[in-house]
Amino acid sequence: MRIKSQAVVMALYLLFLMLPIYWLLNMSLKTNAEITGTFSLYPHEFTLRNYRVILTDPSWYMGYVNSIIYVVMNTVISIAVALPAAYAFSRYSFMGDKHLFFWLLTNRMSPPAVFALPFFQLYSSIGLFDTHIAVALAHCLFNVPLAVWILEGFMRGVPKEIDETAYIDGYSFPRFFVKIFMPLIASGIGVAAFFCFMFSWVELLLSRTLTSVNAKPIAATMTRTVSASGMDWGVLAAAGVLTIVPGALVIWFVRNYIAKGFALGRV
Amino acid sequence: MEKTQNNKAWFLVLPVLVIVAFSAVIPLMTVVNYAFNDTFGNNEFFWAGLEWFDEMVHSERLHEALGRQALFSAIILAIEVPLGIFVALNMPKKGFWSSVVLVLMALPLLIPFNVVGTIWQIFGRTDIGLLGHTLAAIGIDYNYTNDPLDAWITVVVMDVWHWTSLVALLCYAGLQSIPQAYYQAAKIDQASRWAVFRYIELPKMKGVLLIAVLLRFMDSFMIYTEPFVVTGGGPGNSTTFLSIDLVKMAVGQFDLGPAAAFSLMYFLVILLVSWVFYTVMTNLDRAQTSMGEGN
Repeated sequence: MRIKSQAVVMALYLLFLMLPIYWLLNMSLKTNAEITGTFSLYPHEFTLRNYRVILTDPSWYMGYVNSIIYVVMNTVISIAVALPAAYAFSRYSFMGDKHLFFWLLTNRMSPPAVFALPFFQLYSSIGLFDTHIAVALAHCLFNVPLAVWILEGFMRGVPKEIDETAYIDGYSFPRFFVKIFMPLIASGIGVAAFFCFMFSWVELLLSRTLTSVNAKPIAATMTRTVSASGMDWGVLAAAGVLTIVPGALVIWFVRNYIAKGFALGRV
Repeated sequence: MEKTQNNKAWFLVLPVLVIVAFSAVIPLMTVVNYAFNDTFGNNEFFWAGLEWFDEMVHSERLHEALGRQALFSAIILAIEVPLGIFVALNMPKKGFWSSVVLVLMALPLLIPFNVVGTIWQIFGRTDIGLLGHTLAAIGIDYNYTNDPLDAWITVVVMDVWHWTSLVALLCYAGLQSIPQAYYQAAKIDQASRWAVFRYIELPKMKGVLLIAVLLRFMDSFMIYTEPFVVTGGGPGNSTTFLSIDLVKMAVGQFDLGPAAAFSLMYFLVILLVSWVFYTVMTNLDRAQTSMGEGN
């Protein structure tokens, strides 16, 4: 009896989660005439026209390309600088370490709205406005602290004796780090990379403020094109569905680490 | 783990320091500069002292935005935390279905914020949205673009849809760490379902629950994109939360001084909450390590 009530609760909750997503998917496969003209629970005139529009029009698909470029750049930078720092935090105590760790956290917590205007001025003044690297660097604001915290959580699980044995065996620090240590925390690096990717992918305020044409992300393309061209609901829905795809593809592999990632590696 | 004292570790931290200094300290200094100065353009600044702060502290507009923000965060926490715990208690513990449930629940967390807004904007429309259409069909007068109450309900339901899974997933992680023996002991003692929850599950979830509350508080406190896409802060100003108001002020009206003063006060709140968060985290870590050593 108990198992049954559990299943009912979960089914209702998942239904609540899936209905809005289903509705978006449903709309993306309809013609505009069907969307505005009739009310149907599934597409009666099934069409892929909306997806075709996005995948053939550069002003649409370049949005995806731009987003992916700066997200990948950001992920690589974040992980590269966070790895040694997380190692330092997990292995050594040094002057000001606790304050530094705390300060990193405040950056993860700070509202992007506070930074939007100063970022705009900073990147304009050094000539990086509307470039991919500008957005990638801006997203480091919250992704580097995130990566440091997550990686530190994984690294503290590796016994220190491994480091010491490696040094006795004559490994230099860089060689030990790449050859022995990184494989040991490979899953941690994967989780940190996934979360850097996701948080950079979902962010809109900073990426929209820092770009105009050449590096405009898909999220901004969606808000602008739709208001300009009127009511192309089908294309809007298709664009929305395509932004969900990257997360949906990778989520299966990190499903047991979702809570850990959101809690900054502390669960 | 015993850590070695070594100040050379600073070299390992240096790259992070450079990058975060560039992306956090320099912009923040600009904000501080604007907050204490007045400008008439041409990069000329005049010392304004605490004038902007004074203006902001007594600003009706800020008080209203802050009030709305506090109410929103309070409602969000009051709904999402109990609902998240409830869902976590009902999640399948292991096997194929638990993986499926985990993945489906995580899906809303991975959708770009503006697409979350778009989804609900469409979903709530009475002409083409499933929710709006259904409500209209059963005779409920619902229009989130005109009626402030409907706009609030839409934004709150959207946030519940978006983030309850996070609370549930964190609680679930806490529940997974409870050894089966605890439940068996409770069964022998014929403990009621409530007693099991109150004396076994809740204490074990305390740490993760605190993290969940703080994360939800922080993120709801700086919410921007989702309500902006759905309602644009309207109708009127009824869903203009702190971040929306701040961006309107800074980027829309270019009132840099007041906006900067506003930002700094905003930042102080963040700093305070972060400190609580940090204390909770480090205490939790210590509790875990001492438990590990005990075994």
